[in-house]
Amino acid sequence: MAGESISVRELLTMMKFTFPLIVIKINGQLIKKEDYERVFIGDGDAVEAIHLISGG
Amino acid sequence: MQSKLEKLKGTCVGIAGCGGLGSNCAMALARVGVGSLVIADFDVVTRENLNRQYYFLDQVGQKKVLALRDNIARVNPDVAVEAHDLRLGPDEVVHIFKNCTLIIEAFDRADMKLMIIETVSERFPDKFIIAASGLAGYGENNALRTRRLGSLFICGDETREVSPEMPPLAPRVGIVAAMQANQALEIILDDLALVGDDDAWDEL
Repeated sequence: MAGESISVRELLTMMKFTFPLIVIKINGQLIKKEDYERVFIGDGDAVEAIHLISGG
Repeated sequence: MQSKLEKLKGTCVGIAGCGGLGSNCAMALARVGVGSLVIADFDVVTRENLNRQYYFLDQVGQKKVLALRDNIARVNPDVAVEAHDLRLGPDEVVHIFKNCTLIIEAFDRADMKLMIIETVSERFPDKFIIAASGLAGYGENNALRTRRLGSLFICGDETREVSPEMPPLAPRVGIVAAMQANQALEIILDDLALVGDDDAWDEL
């Protein structure tokens, strides 16, 4: 992603990740839901996401 | 191999939830000889649970943690089982699992899954957590997989949510529970490093 960095929230919206419960890790660090607006993703950051789905 | 498995005796595994995932995972780990298990659940065994959970008809009405402790003892009495009959929140997770080598997330509700993943990541950065996501219904064997994100492993198809049309059933729940147990063995027996190669987020 070149140029401007975007927040986690903006990335999720862009990717149409609308699941209510999701685990996001940036460079291996877990990002809590309340931090989605204030954590920004820069060039070269490794972003990973997992949907958490009920059932067990 | 047998001498390698001896290593399991000195290992403690925490299991959060004793439903379909937790009961089956606990039995698998007990059979291979994990030294101690810390199990936690607040629920009682119901008739409906028997379509996938490792309990028996004569245990309906019993506390799950006590029934599971009994079942483990009937298979392998050498396993030390610490049973906690309680509802887990962040404080309880930290308190009861602090001496465990690794933790298995075996809840049914997605919000509880998130709670324990966040708690373990924050409070126990040196422990692996093996979670499950997506196991409802039947079929699609090959959709079930394991992904790694640092100290977090996720087993399941990451897609199929439980609903009235898509209930959790013994085969798929059992497969995912066994995947969690199998991942635990790999972590323990192969001394996996906490900082390892993550699986790529190929959906992006």
